Amino acid sequence: MSRRVGIEVSLAVAEAVGLCDVDVIAAYPITPQTHIVEHLSELVAEGHLDAEFIPVESEHSAMSACVGSSAAGARTFTSTSSQGYALMSEICYIASTLRLPIVMAVANRAISAPISIWNDHADLMYARDAGWIQLVSENGQEAVDLTFMAFRIAEDKRVSLPVQVNLDGFIMSHVIEPIFLPDAQEVKQFLPPFEPLLRLDPEKPITIGPVGMPDVYTEARKAHDEILKASKPIIGEVFDEFEKQFGRRYKIIETYKIEDAETVIVAMGSLSQTAATAIDAMRQRGVKVGMASIRLFRPFPAAELVEAIGKAKNLVLLDRATVFAGGEISGPVALEVKSALFDRGLSPKTANFLVGIGGRDVTGQNFEEMVERVVTAQKGDLPPYEFINVRE
Amino acid sequence: MGIASEALKNFKGFSLKNMPEVEPLSPGHRACQGCGEVLALRQAMKAIGSNVVVCSATGCMEIITSPFPQTAWRVPWIHVAFENAAAVVSGVEAAYKAMNRKKIINQPEVTFLAYGGDGATADIGLQALSGALERGHNFVYLCLDNEAYMNTGIQRSSSTPFGASTTTSPPGRKSSGQATWKKNLPKIAVAHGIPYVATASPAYPVDLMNKVKKASLVPGPAYVHIYSPCPTGWRCGLDESLEVARLAVETKVFPLYEVIDGKYFLSRKPSNPRPITAYFKPQRRFRHLKEDEVAGIQSIVDDEYNDLLCRCGI
Repeated sequence: MSRRVGIEVSLAVAEAVGLCDVDVIAAYPITPQTHIVEHLSELVAEGHLDAEFIPVESEHSAMSACVGSSAAGARTFTSTSSQGYALMSEICYIASTLRLPIVMAVANRAISAPISIWNDHADLMYARDAGWIQLVSENGQEAVDLTFMAFRIAEDKRVSLPVQVNLDGFIMSHVIEPIFLPDAQEVKQFLPPFEPLLRLDPEKPITIGPVGMPDVYTEARKAHDEILKASKPIIGEVFDEFEKQFGRRYKIIETYKIEDAETVIVAMGSLSQTAATAIDAMRQRGVKVGMASIRLFRPFPAAELVEAIGKAKNLVLLDRATVFAGGEISGPVALEVKSALFDRGLSPKTANFLVGIGGRDVTGQNFEEMVERVVTAQKGDLPPYEFINVRE
Repeated sequence: MGIASEALKNFKGFSLKNMPEVEPLSPGHRACQGCGEVLALRQAMKAIGSNVVVCSATGCMEIITSPFPQTAWRVPWIHVAFENAAAVVSGVEAAYKAMNRKKIINQPEVTFLAYGGDGATADIGLQALSGALERGHNFVYLCLDNEAYMNTGIQRSSSTPFGASTTTSPPGRKSSGQATWKKNLPKIAVAHGIPYVATASPAYPVDLMNKVKKASLVPGPAYVHIYSPCPTGWRCGLDESLEVARLAVETKVFPLYEVIDGKYFLSRKPSNPRPITAYFKPQRRFRHLKEDEVAGIQSIVDDEYNDLLCRCGI
């Protein structure tokens, strides 16, 4: 039976990983990910979780050990943030093309310099081209539920790819929330034992990670791309299965009051929760505003997104990360959204805002200003992006 | 008795009469002619046998054995990146440990082996190696030391010997080649307090195979530093790899020894050590060195060898 507990989100994610009965955890501490791996070490130390915890000497070795562990056929988990992701990123690219179903929780944090332990999506964006599946949560319950689903998606033989569960650092990772935690039996029912496609086994020797000459490299990369593309409907399937068993509905693109909305906010992560409150306030004043929230960032669900926002006149596109592209194009999320719209012949009025960078709060007032800005501006007058809530 | 001595007390070594026939690393790979490194790796693999998982660093031994769709490996083998073979093997070992304990598999006797060249070990991968040694994983690490980045075109590493000419330590009007002394990796491994450390050379194959076998038998981490002649990079004759390897031992440049539970044992004491010039002569990488430079190198080689004898209680 599920039980509802008041628990810090990081600890709840660790509990979820424990309920998934992982075999190996390799992790290096970095704020704000620390509570996740601390609690996992506790679970192992107390014998609640029968797993090897490898306290590696760097994130680079964390992901390297995860690759070795997953290739040996073990259910494998790690977690990181920010600089930690940057350090391990070399190996993340390899883990995905090797088709290793590692699950990683990323407590999203800004990237240096200046050094900042606080939240934004710089690490999430840094990771977008690494060939992983990237799931994004908006609150603690979602972070927990997506952890169960991440293993199920990753280990599905039709997928066999690593999966990231993103949760906003501090804003989510360090907050105590009421969370439904299922029992081990329920999780076992949802998540079958891990059966790897191939494993490092002396009884059946295979060579993993060979040299790809120019006559095979393109094919290897295309195969990876194809499998990432093919994963989207399977992710949808897993969301459905999860709803059937646990009753909580997840969608690749979540929407809020979007049916008659003239202006739609496109958000990702915990920003969506603040946006929803702001939308309620604006709706009271008769402003026809709604929201689409991106649950799946890779593979990018262009079709589902356009279906949700295609009728809107105005779009507020939010990026929680800075972009250094010279100022004449938009931020990373806005670029994806615009590309999806352009390919379908749609060109609503769009404004792109860089918000909540390096722990800067984003208030309901900010959302009202952003909506006001896109509604009142003339199409063509809006810059590629603007910083919000910044001192001049 | 220390854990290594305990594990090795009934050790019966290989001899020329009982060489294992198994060849986990098959012929037909793409190594250069006369490669001493692949010879050393072949000997090591014969000693280890087939019940093994091998983790390879990027480097010559990776590139020559695994051009897809071919492989020279008859045992499970994984290559991930340059600097992380020791971290990858940590993960493999932990996975087997957990899965055996949880009865997901029943393969308790598998050996875990990682190898890398001197660049992968002494430079870019030193941190990952140190971490894996310190954490005490049950694995064997082989450093195949050919004393420079041979795979990328003979650039210097921290394991390149003083005075050697490489493409990034060229001799010139203001340079005599490599300006720093070779990093002592076995000593670094010993400093981790691991049960077994050894040096070995393919010119002494029985000794090499016995050391690799011992490394696989001790519980916990074991490190074997293997001298790996590279005719391409050292600019010696293609048929001179083993001769140079033998000279390295006879001139005290690369002494063979074991460190078991922290205690040093000399494996081979040249009865009549030859001057270092005998070692330098066949290798064009040392050709530019002047007499006084050679004398300086000789004096440090003598000092280091005497220090080793002292550690061995000789």
